[in-house]
Amino acid sequence: MTLPSPDSKTQLALYRQMLLIRHFEQKIVELYPEQEIRTPVHLCVGQEAVAAGVCAHLRDSDTIFTTHRNHGHCLAKGMSLKKMLAEFYGKETGCCRGKGGSMHPCAPEVGILGTSAIVGGGIPIAVGAAWANQMRGIPAVTVTFFGDGATEEGAFHESLNFAALKKIPVIFVCENNLYATASAIGKRQPAAGSIAARAATYGLPGKLINGNDVIEVYLAAGEAVIRAKQGLGPTLIEAETFRWFAHVGPVDDTKTGHRPANELTRWKKKCPIQHLRKALLSKKILTPDDEKIWQKKFDRSFEEALYFAKTSLPSGIEQLTTHVFA
Amino acid sequence: MPWTTPSIKISTPSAITQGIRRLSYRQAIYEAQHQLLSTDKRVFLLGEGIDDASGVFGTTLGLTDEFTSQRVVDTPIAENGITGIAMGAAINGMRPILIHMRPDFVIISLDQLLNHAAKWFYMSGGQVSVPLTIRCVIGRGWGSAAQHSQNIQGLLTHLPGLKILMPATAHDAKGLLIAAVRDPNPVVILEHRWLFDKIGHVPEDLYATPIGRANICRYGSDVTIVATSIMVHEAMLAAETLANEDCNVEVIDLRSVKPWDENCVAASVRKTGYLIVADTGHQYGGVAAEITARITELCFSSLRAAPQRITLPEAPVPAASSLEEIYFPGQSDIIKAAKDILSG
Ligand SMILES: Cc1ncc(C[n+]2csc(CCOP(=O)(O)OP(=O)(O)O)c2C)c(N)n1
Ligand SMILES: [Mg+2]
Repeated sequence: MTLPSPDSKTQLALYRQMLLIRHFEQKIVELYPEQEIRTPVHLCVGQEAVAAGVCAHLRDSDTIFTTHRNHGHCLAKGMSLKKMLAEFYGKETGCCRGKGGSMHPCAPEVGILGTSAIVGGGIPIAVGAAWANQMRGIPAVTVTFFGDGATEEGAFHESLNFAALKKIPVIFVCENNLYATASAIGKRQPAAGSIAARAATYGLPGKLINGNDVIEVYLAAGEAVIRAKQGLGPTLIEAETFRWFAHVGPVDDTKTGHRPANELTRWKKKCPIQHLRKALLSKKILTPDDEKIWQKKFDRSFEEALYFAKTSLPSGIEQLTTHVFA
Repeated sequence: MPWTTPSIKISTPSAITQGIRRLSYRQAIYEAQHQLLSTDKRVFLLGEGIDDASGVFGTTLGLTDEFTSQRVVDTPIAENGITGIAMGAAINGMRPILIHMRPDFVIISLDQLLNHAAKWFYMSGGQVSVPLTIRCVIGRGWGSAAQHSQNIQGLLTHLPGLKILMPATAHDAKGLLIAAVRDPNPVVILEHRWLFDKIGHVPEDLYATPIGRANICRYGSDVTIVATSIMVHEAMLAAETLANEDCNVEVIDLRSVKPWDENCVAASVRKTGYLIVADTGHQYGGVAAEITARITELCFSSLRAAPQRITLPEAPVPAASSLEEIYFPGQSDIIKAAKDILSG
């Protein structure tokens, strides 16, 4: 099954989505030194295409489970910017009333049913949520995003096995950014085969794609969504990509000796946003004016959300021991 | 309540049993699951080998035939993954009952249980709760040894967010299971294998035993004995012996070890002035430790002697029957503790 390339309107929307994520991350980079965001931030600059390309297929009734590196996924899934920022600022108006911080976003209204920051932890939960849809006859799909490091966890393999066994409508999206914190994948996994190839052992399709090409991501995710909705079961997508900042925080970790600088330089040349931008400009699908208008819009809504976050009340003592039990 | 009176000897006075519906603990669990599956589409069962010819010690026998393998699901041997999967189903509209043949296997699933299920509601700021029920059967005896007969309630009670139940009677085996499934939180039920043939009154209807409420199964004014699971039965036997020596103990079946009924226990201790806690688990940081500490805080001025704890020795479960015999405490330990505490 090969899907036709997305039309220009869709391409433009994908581009805009990536730009929005980049814009958000850049704002966080600027604000973080103020030390008012007192929660670790795991930036996804460089990896925007995966969030944009996958979430473009999802509706509010579809569910995603993300990870510590979740900003792009949450934005692409339509999470309220206000609630997201307020949570970063530890406010009771935050998406988790200040109890989650940056690593546990939750917005059931747009299909984010909670987030685990235990590496691999969200994968089985996604399978279970998707299984519930299957049992209840709800024609929705569930996506679980995770990193290359998570594929070393047992939970990943247990989840693939079970999802394949029961033909569960779930899509496994591995963002292989070649690192887990500062450990290169070559030090952690045998060279033989890709992560995508592991799908075959469990009898589900596994596809290795260029995670910096949003069109490729969009097409692969589209196929996986169709498979899931047709009852054909899960798909594993391995999207190769790279993060530009350190594992955590707005830090250049090539300067701290954690990763080689030339590797980052090479990957910056493969920027997912620039990649599509060139194509769209040359085809006259995009004009620099569009971008200016969007940037202004992004600025305005970010400023609004930031004002909301900064002026909201800090999470109060009544939040401390409530919601331990439902 | 006659039906919560432990039936140590199967022969209960006929005046009490007449006209009363009696089932074994095993049948009570089966009946609860059967009724829940029949009345609630969201309920399903899953676990390793739950549809096999033994049917989890007889508690799931025939359920797959009746409710199909879609609702009574045999699972791969992947406790952590399956716990996460069950949790995922729970946060998305289902009411899973996950079954482990032994509590020891729960330990493999502690990541999903403690890092995820127990915190999900809190981390989500009260938006997404996890109505997940986990049943596990405490094995004991016949050399089950260190990895097949542990008591993990103390381990599970430490972190916030889980409820832990230990039914001692057939009545509560059914009632607490129903309560767990109706509860919007993750609940672990520890059933004791040695209680599976105990007979007791079990009403036919779909009733819930309230979580967090103890049951006074013998009234007395001299010593309070708080017990969990099979230790309730040991305490009742001890109470009979002690009664012959003019010592009237009050036996409290805790039923729910988290949350636990501190009001009930405190009221009893204020009356008797003496506390003995008999738990099936270990001492260090365990259920008995928590109860004695809390009751000491609440009833310090009423206590006439230091509370006593009857728990497992500080060693893994041994295999040899000669060692098993001395490893697990029983009625004689309770009798000795009562005599010691009273003689100061
Ligand atoms: C179970 C567990 N072990 C270790 C960690 C610490 N940790 C946080 S993120 C991370 C690396 C994860 O790498 P990967 O899955 O590739 O995701 P990425 O950060 O690259 O997006 C580690 C080791 C954790 N959060 N959970
Ligand atoms: Mg990685």
